[in-house]
Amino acid sequence: MSAVAIEGVWKYYGDFPALRDICLEAETGSCLALIGRNGAGKTTLLRIVAGFSRPGKGQVRILGTPPRETATRRNIGFLGHGIAVYDELSAIENLTLYAKLYGLDRPRQKALEWLEHTGLERVRDGLVREFSRGMRQRLAVARAFLHDPSVLLLDEPFTALDDRAIAVLQRLLREGLAQGKTIVMSTHQLREALELASHVALLNRGQVAFHGPCTPEMASDPGLVYARYGEG
Amino acid sequence: MRFARQVLVIAAKDLRAEIRTKEAINASAAFALVILLLLSFAFDLDPDTNREIASGLLWLVFAFAGTLLLNRSFARELPNDCLDALVAAPIPGSALFIGKALANYVLLLAIELLSLVVFGIFYNVRWTVQFGQLMIVLALGTWALTIMGTIFSALTVNIRLREVMLPILIYPFLVPALMAAIQLTLGLMKGKPIGPDTASWLPMLIGFDLIYTAVSVVLVENVLVG
Amino acid sequence: MREKLLYLLGAAAILIVARNIYVISGLPGEESQGAIFKIIFFHVPLAITALTCGTVACVASVSFLVTKDFKYDALAVSVTEVGLAFLAGNLITGSIWARIIWGVWWAWDVRLTSALVCWMLYASYLMIRHAVEEPTQRARLAAVVSIFAFIDVPIVILSIRLFRTQHPGPVFFSSTGSFPHDWSMIMMWNLFAMFMLGAVFTVIRLRQEETQRELDSLRRMAHAF
Repeated sequence: MSAVAIEGVWKYYGDFPALRDICLEAETGSCLALIGRNGAGKTTLLRIVAGFSRPGKGQVRILGTPPRETATRRNIGFLGHGIAVYDELSAIENLTLYAKLYGLDRPRQKALEWLEHTGLERVRDGLVREFSRGMRQRLAVARAFLHDPSVLLLDEPFTALDDRAIAVLQRLLREGLAQGKTIVMSTHQLREALELASHVALLNRGQVAFHGPCTPEMASDPGLVYARYGEG
Repeated sequence: MRFARQVLVIAAKDLRAEIRTKEAINASAAFALVILLLLSFAFDLDPDTNREIASGLLWLVFAFAGTLLLNRSFARELPNDCLDALVAAPIPGSALFIGKALANYVLLLAIELLSLVVFGIFYNVRWTVQFGQLMIVLALGTWALTIMGTIFSALTVNIRLREVMLPILIYPFLVPALMAAIQLTLGLMKGKPIGPDTASWLPMLIGFDLIYTAVSVVLVENVLVG
Repeated sequence: MREKLLYLLGAAAILIVARNIYVISGLPGEESQGAIFKIIFFHVPLAITALTCGTVACVASVSFLVTKDFKYDALAVSVTEVGLAFLAGNLITGSIWARIIWGVWWAWDVRLTSALVCWMLYASYLMIRHAVEEPTQRARLAAVVSIFAFIDVPIVILSIRLFRTQHPGPVFFSSTGSFPHDWSMIMMWNLFAMFMLGAVFTVIRLRQEETQRELDSLRRMAHAF
C-alpha cells in the first residue's frame, strides 16, 4: 500500500477540467517532487491530496484512507504558500495551539521542543508580527512538523526562504525521510528539491506528462525533465 | 469530552487574539455608540417615547454593531492562510464553527451590555427593572445573531466584497429572530414582565436558535471544504 | 420536438388561465369585499407555486451537495428565479387587494412581512451567485444559502396559522372558511395552470443555464490552453 495514492483524479472548475485523470503514487519513505509550469495544476493537486478540496472524479488515499478522515488528518503535515500562524499570537502560543488541536500530550512541551529544532527558542514569547521573514518561515515549518506526521505535503516550500530557513527545512526533510516519512513536494526550485527527491512527476496542462524515479542526471540538470517531456 | 475541549481551544484562541488586537471590538463598540448618538437626534427625546422605541432601537444597534464583529470571525483566519491550517487540523468542522461562535457570543454580549448601559444613561430608560427576563431574552437573541453571523462569515470568507455580502445576507435571515427578540423586549423596557400575549414569541426564538444551530453544524463542512 | 412540447404546455396553461379569468369574472362578488375578492384566485395559487419552487430549490440544493452534479445546481437557480417571479406576483396582488380593502398599499403585519422576507431571502440567493465567479464554489455556497432560505418558508406558513393579524383568516384551507366547493375547483384549476407555467419557465431557464455553463467552460479552456 502506497503512502499516497492518487487514483484517476479529475478537478473541475465548472465544466473546465483543471486536472485530468491524475494517477500518481508515492511509496512510504519516498520523496516525490511535483514539477511543472505555473498553471499546470500543482497547487490544485496538492490541495486535493491534503483534503482542502474534493476531486470531481477519482479519489485520493493517504495511508489507505481518504484525507478528510480525522485519523488521517493527524498524519498529514501541510506547508502551503501562507505560513498559517497567527501574527497576533506569540511563537509558543501558536505552536501550543496547534499541538492542542492535534491532540498531542504535553502540548506546551512539544511546542518548546520544536522551537528549539527550528532555532526559535529565544524568541518564543515574541509576537509573530514582529518576526523577520525567515523566522516566520521557520515557525511555519515547525507548525507543519510539530505533530510528527507520516506524510508531508509541501507547496513550493523553498520559495522565498532565506538560507538559514532552507537549511533547516532540508535538514528536517532529510531526517524525516530517514524516519520513513513520505514527502510530496511541488516546486519551482528544482535544485533544492531534486537533491532530496527520489521520484519526479511533471504536470503539464493538468495532466501527468512524466512520472518516474529521479535519476542523477536529472538532479544535476534540472531543466532536463522539462526539455524532454514538457512543452517549453 | 474531546469535542468540548477542541471547541474551547478554538474559542480561547479567538478571544485571546481579539483581546490582544481589539480590532473588531473597538470598531463594533464605536459603531454602537455612534448609532445611539445619531438616533437620539432622529427621535423626540422624552422618557415615554424612549421606553416605547427602546426595544427596537437596541436590537437594531445590536444587529448592526454585531455584524461588524461577526464579519471578522472567519476573516481573521485569512492572513497567512490560517484557515487552511484549521481546516487541515483533525478537528470536526463543527468544533471549529461552534468554537468561533462561542467566542463571538462572548464578545457580542460584552458590546450589548455596554450599549445597554450607555443607552440607559443617555436615553434615561431604566432597563434594570426586569433584569432577569431581559438577560434571558438577550442570551437567546444574541445566540441567534451569533449563529447566523458565524455561518455566513464562513460562507463569505473567500468571496470578494465580503464586507458587503455579509450584511446583505444576514439581515433577511435574522428577521424572525429579531422580531421575536424585539417583541419580547418591548414590555421589559417598560418594566413589565413577559405576559401571555407576548410569551408565544419565546418558542419562536428558541426554535430559531435550535434549528439554525443544527443546520449550520450539519452544513459547515460543505462551506469550509471545496 | 421537446421545444414544441414545451410551448404546447405553456399555451395550454395560458388557455386555462384565460378561461378561468372568464369564469371568475362571472362569479358574484363576496359580501364584504366586493369584486376585488376574486383576486384571491390568483393570489393564493401564486403563493403556493412560489413555495413549491422554494421546496424544489432546497431539494435540488441538497442533491447538489450530495452528488456534486451540476444539473442540480442549474435546476436550483432556475426554479428559484421562477419562484421569485411568482412570489413577486403574490406580493403585488396582495398589495392591490390591500389598497382597495384597507386603503393602504402595504401593512406591516406578520404574514405580509414574512412573504416579503422570503422574497428577500431568495433574492439574496441570487446575489450570492453573482458574487462568486468560480462555478463549483458558487454552486456549493448557493446551495447552502438555498437550504437556509428554505427553513424560513415553514415560518411563513406557520405565521398564517399561529398569529391573528389584519390578514383575513385562512379561508381556503381551514374548516372555518366559507369557500363554496365549485369555487374551490376554479382555484385548483388556476393552481394547476400556475404549476404548468412555472414548470415551463423553469425548463426554459434550465436550458439557458446549461448553455451558459458550457460557454463559460469553453471560454476558460480557450484561455488556459
